[in-house]
Amino acid sequence: MQRAIRNHHFAFIRDFATRWDALALIVALGVVAFLAEASRGLLAPLSQLDATPLSLAPVHLPVYAARTTLRMFAAMVLSLAFTLSYATWAAKSARAAKLLIPLLDILQSVPILGFISITVVFFMSLVPGRVLGAEFAAIFAIFTSQAWNMAFSFYQSLRTVPTELEEAAASFHLTPWMRFWQLEVPFGLPALVWNMMMSMSGGWFFVVASESISVGHTSVALPGIGSYIALAIQQRNLHAIGWAIATMGLVILVYDQLLFRPLIGWVDRFRVEQEPGMEPPASWALTMMRRSRLISGLTVLFYSAVRWTSWASAPHEALRPHGAPAPRARWRGWGLIWPALLLAIVALALRKLAQTLFAQTQLAELRTVALLGLLTMVRVVVLIGLASLLWVPVGVWIGMRPRVAQWVQPLAQFLAAFPANLLFPLAVYAIVAWQLNPDLWLSPLMILGTQWYILFNVIAGASAMPSELRRAAQNLRVGGWLWWRRVALPGVMPYFVTGAITASGGSWNAAIVAELASWGSTKVRAHGLGAYIADATAAGDFHHIVLGIATMCLFVVAINRLFWRPLYYYAERRYRLS
Amino acid sequence: MNAMPLLQVDAVAKSFEKPDGQELLVLEGVNLQLFEGQIIGLLGRSGSGKSTLLRLIAGLAAPTRGQCNYLGVPVDGPAVGISMVFQSFALFPWLTVYENVALGLEAQRLPRPEIRSRTLAAIDLIGLDGFESAYPRELSGGMRQRVGFARALVVHPNILLMDEPFSALDVLTAETLRTDFLDLWSEGRMPIKGVILVTHNIEEAVLMCDRVLVFGSNPGRVLSAIEVSLPQPRNRLDPAFRELVERIYVEMTARMSGVRADVRTEFFPGQGIGSVLPHISSNELSGLLEAVAAEPFRGKADLPKIATDLQMEIDELFPVAETLQMLRFAELEGGDLKLTEAGTAFANAALDERKRIFARQLLTYVPLAAHVRRVLDERASHVARKSRFIDELEDFMTEDDAEQTLRAIIGWGRYAEVFAYEDESARFTLENPA
Repeated sequence: MQRAIRNHHFAFIRDFATRWDALALIVALGVVAFLAEASRGLLAPLSQLDATPLSLAPVHLPVYAARTTLRMFAAMVLSLAFTLSYATWAAKSARAAKLLIPLLDILQSVPILGFISITVVFFMSLVPGRVLGAEFAAIFAIFTSQAWNMAFSFYQSLRTVPTELEEAAASFHLTPWMRFWQLEVPFGLPALVWNMMMSMSGGWFFVVASESISVGHTSVALPGIGSYIALAIQQRNLHAIGWAIATMGLVILVYDQLLFRPLIGWVDRFRVEQEPGMEPPASWALTMMRRSRLISGLTVLFYSAVRWTSWASAPHEALRPHGAPAPRARWRGWGLIWPALLLAIVALALRKLAQTLFAQTQLAELRTVALLGLLTMVRVVVLIGLASLLWVPVGVWIGMRPRVAQWVQPLAQFLAAFPANLLFPLAVYAIVAWQLNPDLWLSPLMILGTQWYILFNVIAGASAMPSELRRAAQNLRVGGWLWWRRVALPGVMPYFVTGAITASGGSWNAAIVAELASWGSTKVRAHGLGAYIADATAAGDFHHIVLGIATMCLFVVAINRLFWRPLYYYAERRYRLS
Repeated sequence: MNAMPLLQVDAVAKSFEKPDGQELLVLEGVNLQLFEGQIIGLLGRSGSGKSTLLRLIAGLAAPTRGQCNYLGVPVDGPAVGISMVFQSFALFPWLTVYENVALGLEAQRLPRPEIRSRTLAAIDLIGLDGFESAYPRELSGGMRQRVGFARALVVHPNILLMDEPFSALDVLTAETLRTDFLDLWSEGRMPIKGVILVTHNIEEAVLMCDRVLVFGSNPGRVLSAIEVSLPQPRNRLDPAFRELVERIYVEMTARMSGVRADVRTEFFPGQGIGSVLPHISSNELSGLLEAVAAEPFRGKADLPKIATDLQMEIDELFPVAETLQMLRFAELEGGDLKLTEAGTAFANAALDERKRIFARQLLTYVPLAAHVRRVLDERASHVARKSRFIDELEDFMTEDDAEQTLRAIIGWGRYAEVFAYEDESARFTLENPA
């Protein structure tokens, strides 16, 4: 056996190439070339953006796509770093969690597109005159669309590590560092990867929206698919829009195949509840990586490096013959200072907010904003209702047919990931051409991209329904409306609620781009809070931006707390089959 | 045995703080000495604090009073030289068998070659050869627990702590693992010098241990210590073996029917509503009643015998038997379960008659049930919120116990049709949906 173990380490040198190696090499080189291409020009001065204006020729689309993808990737790396530190801090310190977790909850509800308009000025001033500053702003915007739910999921995982595993780690003297990397991170990985995928699919929407930024007089168009489409809208070029849509679809497909399918297949081993015989999800890319000796050699090196860090981190004292060192006595003063510190921060924030909001805002303005918020809310509610009426029956129908579901499910996930804002110009074109009422016809755009969350969650729920329950219903000849009322709808309820929450949150965000759209020089606007924020952004009017964002944030938090959360717990308690 | 004990536990007590700030005592005044070459069994039901004691010894928790000394030095954290085997195996699912076993050595920063040779030796010893590169999910329960053993042994501990290591396995697998373990132990092929085994299986304790400490509940404490001097390998059918098993049954049931005046004892009738009730369904109660009433017991069953017949562990059997005793359907005496008149009548009755008998016993002998019914009767609306009773119970017990007690009362009350309960609105009523 000893030999077999050794073989595992050195086989990749002796047996250098397999068929899978060839494939792996090609893919790896492709990725490197792609990254190199995309990272060029990051440090270029801003003026270069003006010197080499975007071009609508489809030839340039691959490069633009590469830049867009790289931004996405950078934001994901940032989000991961944020997740690992923020969530860990919150999980390890009950005191910190009291502030960090509610904060996360609020941040989750802040409309991301509103964020950009505020942060872009700040980031541009950090790296004055360089493209990098604008890149930072865009990446930060994507980051804000990805990080929060990832951090939440990791925090939840950290708090639910099985006690016996923790005890095993303690009794075998794992250092905190080893424990983090060998127990806590692996345990949280499955949920984290799933949330990364969800974040990513939300992120495409924002990457497209954040590339072409214009706040007041500051206006930047970073090379990317988002700017490309913005230019196409300006020039009323339907062909270019078609090209952009096709390219985006391809990029998402590649991302999914090269990154997420393999990740999900790989992460399957980290599940703690293990039933033998469960097939892990298949992925050709993962198979490639596993069969390629080259890549497995590289992973062995990587794991050795990880081991080395734990080796280097292990303190000698932990191995005294009779037990670990006694915990250091804690300084009790924190108990007093912490609340005081919190109070001070809250007071400062309140004061700043009050200054910004009320200094130049009249009561009438507040009333208007609240009214606009209500308008947007009515839109979101009606749209979610309509989408549910359509997609719940369709999703149930599909979910009950595994063969259909197998094809439709990935498609629905793809559609959810596809940035719907790329499709807006088509709709706006139609509205302008037929002179439709924008208040009515712009609304569907808000839910264009988010309705798919309802569909694929309902499909998942319907496929997860135990077949015995369905057989029992058949056996009792339960049919028609009774079947929907007693069997299908309760069965998919928890899944539907999850989907509807995501869809609703996404729709609020989309309102900022959906309620105010343009086609060339023609502007189409609907009345609502989204349009209000978009207008304020275009005018560079910070008081109104902050007011609009704060109002939207308030609406979203209130709806979540008063409606979605109770509904979610109710559905979980009442309808979850376990 | 004049040598210094490997482990000495002195007057150890452990309590937890309840949400309302009061202390909940789970372990009180435990003394224990483990000498070289000994296997000590901690036998008791869930909630008797035996697992808590094991964690104190392992250094995973600190005692509230008293101390554990390992080789004369107080344990103040996970000690090198004491390792543990867990009930649910506690393997890291993302590590292979080899990596799981090697983990403890890596934490000790040993040189790579030594880690490899010791890991492979442990894997070899425990019979896992050929499984090195397998992930835990590919293994059966028995194989997983073997990994658990290899992982504990590879660090060359002096003391091995085992927390119900066989209870998550099926009967056959558990027996194989026990035998293998005892073989290795008696041949001296394992590096360990002493073992502490937590179990709720009486036969397992008699089969494996040199000394068995019987634990009682509320608070957890040692009721008695029983020496087992039968030579290894032991035979379960040996009359001396059976006699010891019987003796421990008597020991454990005697404490159940006996009363300690100073602490609250759940199962003594006539007490107030402050008793924690076990969540036992009416089906289990009638099932045991029927079994005792039928051949070959005819109303009086020897507990070890009926436990074997029904394939029930004491952890399952005792609470049911005690509940029957509380409802005066049966009496526990000297390791026997004897039906009362009501018990016999119940066993022979049809469904409706059974419900009537059950309702009568319930309202007479379970003060909480009578209390709920009285409150409902007194109110004009005949409705009472669950939280009202929870609050009342929490004066006597923890939140979880109150919840469990009320669940038990709800189940029995529904069966007896003495009151109804709506989960949706969390209310007791007198209405039956019929």
